[in-house]
Amino acid sequence: MNRIRYIIEKEFKQIFRNKVLLRMMVAAPVLQLILLSYAANFEVKNLTIAVVDQDHTTYSQRLAGKFRYIDNFHFLGYIPAYKPAYRELLSSRADLVLVIPPHFERDLGKEKHSSLQLLVNAIDGSKAGIASGYAQAIIRDFDGEIKLETSTIQPDAPAQINIENQYWYNPRLEYKTFMVPGILFELLILVGGMISALNIVREKEIGTQEQLNVTPIKKHEFILGKLTPFVIIGLIQFTMGLLVGVFLFKIPVEGSILLMYGFAFLFLLLCVGLGLLISTISETQQQAMFAVFFCLVLFILLSGLFSSTENMPPWAQYVNTVNPLRYIIEVGRNVMLKGSNFQDMQSQFIALFSMAITLIGLASWRYRKTV
Amino acid sequence: MKRFFAFVKKEFFHILRDRRTLLILFGLPFVQVLLFGFALTNEIKNAHIALLDFDHGQHSQQITNRLLSSGYFQLKTNLGAYRDIEATFRQGHVKLVIIFPPNFTNDYVHGQQAKVQLIADASEQNTAISLTNYATNIIQGYQSEVSVNEQNPVPMQIVVQPRMVFNPELKGAFVFVPGVMAMVLLLVSALMTSVTIAREKETGTMEVLMVSPLTQLQILFGKVIPYLLMSFLNGCLIIALGVFFLGIPLHGSLLLLLAETLLFIFLALSIGILISTIADTQLVAMFASLLIMLMPTIFLSGFIFPIESMPRPLQIISNIIPAKYFISIVKGIMIKGVGLSYIWKETLVLLGMSVLLTGISLRNLKTRLS
Repeated sequence: MNRIRYIIEKEFKQIFRNKVLLRMMVAAPVLQLILLSYAANFEVKNLTIAVVDQDHTTYSQRLAGKFRYIDNFHFLGYIPAYKPAYRELLSSRADLVLVIPPHFERDLGKEKHSSLQLLVNAIDGSKAGIASGYAQAIIRDFDGEIKLETSTIQPDAPAQINIENQYWYNPRLEYKTFMVPGILFELLILVGGMISALNIVREKEIGTQEQLNVTPIKKHEFILGKLTPFVIIGLIQFTMGLLVGVFLFKIPVEGSILLMYGFAFLFLLLCVGLGLLISTISETQQQAMFAVFFCLVLFILLSGLFSSTENMPPWAQYVNTVNPLRYIIEVGRNVMLKGSNFQDMQSQFIALFSMAITLIGLASWRYRKTV
Repeated sequence: MKRFFAFVKKEFFHILRDRRTLLILFGLPFVQVLLFGFALTNEIKNAHIALLDFDHGQHSQQITNRLLSSGYFQLKTNLGAYRDIEATFRQGHVKLVIIFPPNFTNDYVHGQQAKVQLIADASEQNTAISLTNYATNIIQGYQSEVSVNEQNPVPMQIVVQPRMVFNPELKGAFVFVPGVMAMVLLLVSALMTSVTIAREKETGTMEVLMVSPLTQLQILFGKVIPYLLMSFLNGCLIIALGVFFLGIPLHGSLLLLLAETLLFIFLALSIGILISTIADTQLVAMFASLLIMLMPTIFLSGFIFPIESMPRPLQIISNIIPAKYFISIVKGIMIKGVGLSYIWKETLVLLGMSVLLTGISLRNLKTRLS
């Protein structure tokens, strides 16, 4: 028991001595949480629109004017012809171009319908879809307005289905509420997995591992002693992240804090186990770093942090059954926002627990005191 | 000069000998393109929903059938009471609950307001928005079909013809391939260089190099050249994957694209050198590259999240992220097919950044270790 304490003491001393690393380890995740939660936003705002008005009538000017005073749009101005308008799209100065054809007003009056062209810069497809939806809604509004003005008789209102939407757990549909619980847990894998893997490989690389190997420390003592500091640091980071989330972003914590810490602890064990396993199979820090990085990219992209896991193709879902990050993000969102209890999260617990056991088991089996 | 080549050769041996790192370096772009191309979609398919039907009338059943046959939704459970909603949401299997209140069909037939409630689990908010949008569209479609006979054709209809310029099929690949390219180039160039130089410091071999007859600059260039080549290869690989595998057009000049890629690699390498002049251990070098460069590149370059939607301060910060300019250059050349006259500003910014960073790191170089 005493020996483990010495190892832990040594680790902490080493960590505290490296001021640069310490600062990065503490400040970076919090900074990142703040930065990412503000940046991670799929909302489409500030669309720039240019108008090619070939009609020059009251209607066409009124329609163009609609785009001036709408929050989502920034009115770039009138452009005389189609060609220069296209150039605005090429140079990315405009996101949309509305082309009002000649005789727009006349056609509306005489033939009762008229068409408009809307050019959308669609390199970002999902953004383009939303942008064109916004613009069409504004045009529909305008359509309704002029219909009202010109028609004298109101048709009878037909039977209507009134659809009422409720968004539970995040009524204002804030992206922060959705992102923070995910990012909070995602950051743990960075410290737990990455730093622990590099730490152990470093001893190998600079040769101090040999020194440790000739001491009377037992294998499990070494592993426990090495891992404990990272779990502790991870929990401290988790606490700071939680404080930032609750006080800065006002994310509600509906569920039990104790349950969240329980899961954070379990997840950290898993990460540290992963780090240890990678460190046993890598010879240099570079190898370890890239191996962890590879896992991280895979885990993060598939975790559902950005896009829902249910819509992924079967092979991705298959990979996802062994993606610890996916389970912990589910836990984060469910417990924090919905107040799920342990029973609701049982399957996630089983998955994380068995993965943690497997990883730590594999790592201890692979770890050899002899070179 | 001969000495210099010998040194470059040594560096190449170092890199080529480490098979695992090499494998990951070239495997990473493949995996990312695969993931972004095929796994990350926001399309809704067979989303689990629950139904709370107090009505059991003709219209509520027809609407339900229509929702379920659309392919977007799949019925998970029929609920019996309002209080069941919370429990199902908490287990997290159901994302949307559709409620038909009592007398729904009756109200609808008699021309009164009939109400449908859609309750979405917005803790996953993208999904929540898409689900309610799809359901709303389907219900509205049903309604207009049922009532179309009674209504006259609408007068004064404005028809909008949207044209999706540059990307008519709205493929996601058009956004992420340039982004992945920027990311991988930064990773290989900046992260690898800073880490290898820090490694020489950490294991003590830097001292050996310093007492060799090579000049400081030669050591630096010797370290950098292999990575320049590898990054360039990686860049070509991603372009090829994008063009042949994901159907991204290459409308502009390939030569210009490759030149811009080289410029970006050069910039990334100078960032790597700058980090290595500051960092003494690999861990610090890695952390610095990861935090100062990679994370901001992913989140602030407009690669995943649109810059225009960010709060003002972040928009300002995004201006110093090199990847932002590179991504816009790549999009311009490949997809829009523009020439240098449209992207000279971005090119100039990248050029300026590289000169500045190289200058700073050259000034920071020390001939001896402290």
